[in-house]
Amino acid sequence: MELVRLLFRNVLRHKLRGILTIVGVGVAVMAFALLQTVVSAWYAGVEASAANRLISRHAVSFVFPLPLAYRDRIAQIPGVNKVTFASWFSGVYIDKNQFFARLAVDSDTFFDVYSEFLVPPEQFEVFKRERNAAIIGSDIAQRYNLKLGDIMPIEGDVFPGQWEFVVRGIYEPRDQTTDPTTMMFHYKYLEERVRQEMPQRAGDIGWYIVRIDDPDNSAAISQEIDKLFANSRAETKTETERAFQQSFLSAASAVITAMNVMSFVIIGIILLVVGNTMIMSARERTHEFAVLKALGFTGGQLFFLIAGESILLSLFGSALGLGVTFPAVAGFETALPKGWFPVFYIKPETVAIGCAAGLLVGVLAAIIPLRRVLTTRIVEGLRHVG
Amino acid sequence: MVAPFIQVQEIYKSYQRDSLEIPVLRNINLEIAEGEFIAFMGPSGSGKTTLLNLIAGIDKPTSGKILIAGTDVTELNESELAVWRSRNVGFIFQFYNLIPVLTALENVELPLILTPLSKKERRAHAEMALAVVGLAERMHHYPRQLSGGQEQRVAIARAIATDPAILVADEPTGDLDKASAEEVLELMDRLNRELNKTILMVTHDPRAAERARSTRNLDKGELNN
Repeated sequence: MELVRLLFRNVLRHKLRGILTIVGVGVAVMAFALLQTVVSAWYAGVEASAANRLISRHAVSFVFPLPLAYRDRIAQIPGVNKVTFASWFSGVYIDKNQFFARLAVDSDTFFDVYSEFLVPPEQFEVFKRERNAAIIGSDIAQRYNLKLGDIMPIEGDVFPGQWEFVVRGIYEPRDQTTDPTTMMFHYKYLEERVRQEMPQRAGDIGWYIVRIDDPDNSAAISQEIDKLFANSRAETKTETERAFQQSFLSAASAVITAMNVMSFVIIGIILLVVGNTMIMSARERTHEFAVLKALGFTGGQLFFLIAGESILLSLFGSALGLGVTFPAVAGFETALPKGWFPVFYIKPETVAIGCAAGLLVGVLAAIIPLRRVLTTRIVEGLRHVG
Repeated sequence: MVAPFIQVQEIYKSYQRDSLEIPVLRNINLEIAEGEFIAFMGPSGSGKTTLLNLIAGIDKPTSGKILIAGTDVTELNESELAVWRSRNVGFIFQFYNLIPVLTALENVELPLILTPLSKKERRAHAEMALAVVGLAERMHHYPRQLSGGQEQRVAIARAIATDPAILVADEPTGDLDKASAEEVLELMDRLNRELNKTILMVTHDPRAAERARSTRNLDKGELNN
């Protein structure tokens, strides 16, 4: 018989209470992980941002275009490595509920700057040769069962009219932080029709993406770009890609903060659940602990029994909660409208925090009962009727 | 001349209740030889359990000394006392105080965890102790599956498993029927005679006291004889 056996027997000494505590911790950890996953999904764009990319947009608003002519001038600024651009195309594919980003891009440079979109070279070659070709993310291909050569009819809204694109490439995201739900096609194709049908908008692009040599120079280069177009008809606002992505979240920041706070309040609730169980458990066993002390068990051994029981309860609950989180997150994602969160996955950090929280809660929940057991004199403990 | 095994010298013990000091033991002097079987009797509140606790090292006197085999237990700190108890004292309680989630064998093995014995040796010692109390065939039973008398015999097996020199028994028959009490007393008598254990027993039961070699009476915190 080892002390550890007594520890394990104690965990389920009161089976119903032990199981309810484990389930309680499990539900709380699942709620924590789910909330953290949602918060992470909001920040996915920010986290996917590259440090060496700047975004240059119209100074008044993102919705106003910039002249294509700016490209060459930006490219001449020292420290600028490559310039590409994109325009928000939007449009309706199938129906208005089918949301994913549709961008007209400079196909000669865009995929160099966004190397996280992994397009097979042979598909990219075919894409470059065909004017209405499009490259779509693997999630889009899967969601709409699209294959190479399939036609994607889109009804334009920002750029009105009926548009048809041929899927010539399907990209894979480089990692979990990369959005797998974007559609990109040739800016030249868009420009061609814009010149014919909306000539007043010809030569406009949405925003520039500027790759720089050294991220440490981002502030200086941003200033340089904006200075270049100061007092022009389309002044620019240049910032890091991270800051640009962050600006989209400002409207929802209060909700995100609330969710973040809530997720950590839940950790506090777990502490109360396990703490309550441990206090009850230790109080009931005051007499028993006194006997163990009388037999010669030391404070360290009693710490092992009490803290160990608390940690085991908490860790079992955390493991259960994290185990349930994976199907829960998958179910949550299915229940959301398509494209709501392009990047939605449980981050390793969330799992690590869940485990660490389990351990920490286990230790903290043991403090009060442990203090009580260690400070109760043996003779008082032996007299205790629990 | 050989010094007595247990020497209790001018022991005074009081409890503080709010601002009131309540004396429990007054000027106790006692010498107990090794291999003695002594019963402490007296009315409730006379201080006999307190005296037993002081000798067993689970409580400390307000003043005075208790020397056991040359060690002044009143001078030991909590950790030293824990080690000393695990090596020298076996406890037999009125309500057995077995751990309900452990089998009889595991309960007996419990104090052996504190010894340097290997797992195999611990098990052998525990089985032997259970054989001594006549419960070898019940070793895998949980306390709830045993009668009161059997539980107390398991508790005695636990008390002797580490082979301590002293056994302290606080009302060991207080919760038992007559037949079971007789079995337990017979067992304690054997442990004293055959294994030369020094036994200190607190009891209200005159029949239990009769099994001891000597009886000391306490009244209002003082030894009368």
